[in-house]
Order: sequence, then C-alpha cells, then structure tokens
Amino acid sequence: MMTLPITRRLAVGTILATALAGPAFAQDGKPVRIGFITTLSTPAGYIGEDIRDGFQLAMKDGKLGDAPVKLEIEDDSLKPANAKQAADRMAQSGVKLFTGVNFSNVLAAVVPGVLESGGFYVSLNPGPSVFAGEKCNKNYFVASYQNDAFHEAAGLSANRLGYKKVMLLAPNYQAGRDALEGFKRTFKGEIAGEIYTKLDQTDFSVELARVRSAQPDAIYQFHPGGAGINFAKQYANSGLTKTVPMLIPSFSMDARMIGATGEAADGIYASAMWTTELDNPASKAFVEAFRKAYSRTPTMYAQQAYDTANLIGSALKAVGGDIGKEAEFRAALRKAQFTAVRGKFSFGPNQHPIQDYYLTKFAKNGSGEIVQTIVEKVAQDYGDAYAARCKMD
Amino acid sequence: MILLIEQLLNGLQYGAMLFMLASGLTLIFGIMGVINLTHGCFYMVGAYCAAFVVLQTGSFLLGALAALAGAGLYAVAVELAVVQWLYRRDHLYQVLATLGLILFTNEAVSLIFGRRPPLMDIPPFLQGSVPVLPGLEYPVIRLAFIGMGALVALGLWLLVNHSRVGMLVRAGADDREMVSALGIDIRRLYTLVFGLGGVLCGLAGVMAAPLLAIEIGMGERVLITTFVVIVIGGVGSVRGALVGALLVGMVDSLGRAYIPQLLQLSLPPSVADTLGAGLVSASIYVLMALVLLVRPLGLLPARS
Repeated sequence: MMTLPITRRLAVGTILATALAGPAFAQDGKPVRIGFITTLSTPAGYIGEDIRDGFQLAMKDGKLGDAPVKLEIEDDSLKPANAKQAADRMAQSGVKLFTGVNFSNVLAAVVPGVLESGGFYVSLNPGPSVFAGEKCNKNYFVASYQNDAFHEAAGLSANRLGYKKVMLLAPNYQAGRDALEGFKRTFKGEIAGEIYTKLDQTDFSVELARVRSAQPDAIYQFHPGGAGINFAKQYANSGLTKTVPMLIPSFSMDARMIGATGEAADGIYASAMWTTELDNPASKAFVEAFRKAYSRTPTMYAQQAYDTANLIGSALKAVGGDIGKEAEFRAALRKAQFTAVRGKFSFGPNQHPIQDYYLTKFAKNGSGEIVQTIVEKVAQDYGDAYAARCKMD
Repeated sequence: MILLIEQLLNGLQYGAMLFMLASGLTLIFGIMGVINLTHGCFYMVGAYCAAFVVLQTGSFLLGALAALAGAGLYAVAVELAVVQWLYRRDHLYQVLATLGLILFTNEAVSLIFGRRPPLMDIPPFLQGSVPVLPGLEYPVIRLAFIGMGALVALGLWLLVNHSRVGMLVRAGADDREMVSALGIDIRRLYTLVFGLGGVLCGLAGVMAAPLLAIEIGMGERVLITTFVVIVIGGVGSVRGALVGALLVGMVDSLGRAYIPQLLQLSLPPSVADTLGAGLVSASIYVLMALVLLVRPLGLLPARS
C-alpha cells in the first residue's frame, strides 16, 4: 500500500470530509438558534426534562444535521403567559425556529406569535385541533401526533377490547376536549358519562365516586403528568380497579409514572404510537442510548423529542444550516427524510403526521419490571380528522 | 345512595384537611390580629420535609415527625424574624410582608429541594381500601385523614378549653392589653401560637403529601379556601373553624358531584362541566356571603 506523508493524508481527509458534508454551511458560521420553551418545574417538570434530554440526545457535539445549533431553553412553569413572554422575547432577538412546548394550552399561547414573527414552529408533543384544520399554517409542523388521532386510536382499542359502556374523564382544556372528541369519534359503544376535571386538580375522590355509581364497563381517562400520577394512585387505592378496568392514552401512564405509581400500572391498557418495547432497530438503539446517557428509561415524550430533533436535523442539513432559506427549509421539513424511532412517518397535507397506532398493555416482563408491551396495531398510516379542512397557501 | 354516602365521606375528609389548616390560622388572626398569608407555606414546608425524610429513611413515621418539626420551626422562625415586628402596624404592612414571605419560601424550597417536586408513596399500612358499606370501598388513607381531623379537634378542644395555655389564648383573643397588664409574656404566647399553627399545617402536609401532589405553590391554592373557612366560622374561634371547615368541605364535594350532573340534564357535557366547575368554585363564596348576611361575625365568633 502506498504511504502518504502526514500532511497529504490530512489534506485528502479534509477534502473528503467536505465532500461528504454536502452543501456548504452558512458562511457566518453562527449556530442556528432554537427557541426551546418547555415545562421544567411543577409536577409535570419531568416531562420537560425528558423532552430536553431526548432532543439533546439527537445532537452531536452541539450540531444537528451537521449544522451547529444553540438551544435556548426556557422553563414555562406550565403557564401560557410565561411561555408567550419568553417566545416573544426570543422572536424579537431574532430566533426563527421554535419547539419544546409540551402542553396544548401553552402551545396555543406561543404559536400565533411565533408564526406572526415569520418563524417556524415544530411541535414535539401537542397537536391541538385548532391548528390542524382551517388554521393550519405553512410554517407550523407537528412531528408528534394530532391530539384527536391518539384518542381515536384509543376508541378503536376500546372496540377491540369489547367494552360496551365507557365513562370518559379528562381535564377541561383544549387537549382534554380533543381527547374525548377523538375517543367518541371511533368508539362504537355507549358513553356512560363525561367528566371534565380541572387541569391543576390533585384530588379525584369526587370523580371516582361518580365512576363507582355509574358502574361502566371501563373508564377512559386522559390526565398527563402529575395529575395522572395522582389519578392512577387514587384509582388503584379506591379499589375500583377490581371492577372497572382503565383504558388510557400513553400520556396517562408513562415510564416515569410507572415508577411513581408502583403496582397501580399493572394490567392497564393504553393506546400508543411508540413504546420502549417497539421492535425496530432505530427504537432499540434510541432506548439503549438514552438509558446510557441519562440512566433512566425514556418516556414517549423523550422519543418524540428525539424524532423531532432528527426531523429538524434533516431539514437543516438540506439547507446547509442556513435557516434564512425559508422555502427550502420548509420543503425539506415536509419531506421528513429521517429515520423515525416510531417506525413509518410522513406528513399529511396539514403538516401533521401520518403514522401507525397500537393497543398496548402494561405488564411485567421477564425481570419483573412493568413495561408497556405492544398487543396489536389498531390503526395503520393513520392521519387525522382535520387534514381535509386545511387549505395551505 | 352509595354516591351520597361516599361524597359525604369525601366532604368529611376535605373538611378535616381544611380544619387542620384553618384552626391555626384562626388563632393567629383572632389573637394577634395578624393577616398571615404565609400560613399556606407552612403546609408546603411540612409536605416537602415529610417527602424528603421518607425518601432518605423510608420511614413514614420519621417523615411525619420531620413534617411537624419542620413546619413548626419554620413558623416560629417566621414569627420571630418578621411577623413580630408588625403586630402594631396596619394590616397592609402584614399583607405585604407575608406576601413577600410566600415568594421567598417558594424560591427557597425550590432551591433546597429542586424544581422537580418529590413523590411520596402511600405508606403500606394506609394503602388500599376497606369496605365501609356493601358496595362501597373507601380508601384507608382518607379514613385516616378523617380520624386525624377528629383527633386534632379533640386535642385542640382540650388544649384551648382545659389548659392554662388555652386560657391565656382565649384571654388573649378577648383582650390582649389586659393579658399583658396581668404580667403574662404575651410575646412568648404569640410565638407559641404561631408554632402551633405551623405544626398543624405540617400535619395536614404529611397527610396530603402521599394522597395529593407535592409542589411549589400548593399552599396558596388552599390558603384562600382556608380564609373562607375562618370567616364563615368566625375569626379566632376554633369551634368556628371546625364548623366552617366541615361546611365548606361538604358544599364543595357535594357540589362537585351533583351540580355538573344536574346541569348535564339540560346542557352538553363540556359546557355543563365548565359551568359546573365555575359554580362549584363559586359555591363556597356564596355560602360565605349568605353566612355573613345572617351573622356578620361568622357562625361562632370568639368575641361576640
């Protein structure tokens, strides 16, 4: 083999690397600033933590899609007003790309301002109905799910499980109303009652008493984060689990909540688009990398953030890290050319996902831990109910 | 029928919690004339101390002791450092100072314990539920809550009506100048009452911690309701606080159960429940207004 002097080898290496890196990067060399507003305090703070950590796991040496990025992380304390303030401040200082928000009511406060300032918003968790239909926007992407679709999958799951009479409970805010609407859209049986709780409610004794007196076949409850922990604990503690099984969307019992609620999770059915048990190489690699980096099991919030980061990375790569090329950046996002941990992923006409949903069950695995096992696929290449109403300009 | 009985139990449990918070607040308000907005913080401090010690040691009993001690000591510290300088000042100064203390406490707690609140499991001996009636299982921890409320009521009755300290407390509520003129160190009595209020908040905190969520600002959420309780019951009266707490607890849980159901007969669920939630929140204030119309000093005022 021919040997080259060291300088020559370096030169060749550099040329090769440049060629591989594709388009040249923005000449000023400044990192792309990403406004990352999420909930890091309050009992729901662990969700923001997982979102942040999942997103950062996709970054390599401060780069996303080979473009240097700078995450500007702000805690919104689950208060829409805080989040809006932070977003407006960032937008004024020139931030053009936003993500991170984990609650629909916070998102509703952040998105209009961001879009007015000419920025992009890529949602990594909520997909409220308000922005999915008539009010869809070319600079607004949802890389997670449309709220209703997740719950439509739960309605399909309830049909598969043979429930005839189901009682519904959700907090009274956008995502809660979307949840129950979505469930009712696909569920074929009878609704035994709908209970709307308060978003910051911690005590569910009154609601549980109403469930007991209505005696449904099952309940479907959507309470993410701290409220969900309380709900599951109080439900298990009230003795209702013996008579009325609980069906949930994954948000009501994520990996962290399993730890917090103990045995209360065992045997619960949930609709999901991803769990740690999903059998594909990207998912396995992600779970392993996340566990290695943070010594805990990722929630689906972490997975969604990771997928979103890779989606943004794919688009940044296409424009060579120059987010000023708006049209190209938008087109690249739409193409969604990245390997999603959840499996198949593409965007519908309203820039919300088309993907598969599963019926899952919380059950003990071989080593006695409770994990979310996949029972079956309930919806394939599933879009959402609002896509047809979206007229993108 | 089962629903009604279960809601009555829920009302009792909520009332028991409100009573633990309100009895201390009513003594502080009634005897010293101080509007103490920090009272809710004592409850939060108690819950955090309990969760911290339980996480470290695994013992619920030690956690409970830590809650009582932590909340009590914090209350004494607040009294000595801030409140005792404000007894002769206008209520506005007290409100400003104790409001500042709320902000201080919230930040201090998140600095010490972290922004992510700790979780506390229900201790094994309070887990699960027991049949109260055929067809009605009720959680043990909520029954324990009710029992603890009854014990506190009994203990306070003995303390206030049948002990020397209680006599001084009652005398202080009636005429504090006369008490100090008789040679009683009223300052120490004040500190003691503040500490007692803190300990009761700590007790509520340790009971609520495994059942409800521990979080920054959990105190402010119950503080307003606690003030409603003492206004209904009559300022400065422990008996009044008991009656007020039970009334508010019952109205709240019966309202939450039945108002939305009644509204759902005529309105779509999401509207009915939004409206219902509003009406339920308003119901305790309506109750307060009605009570004040009939008895301007509350149901059982200390001074009539």
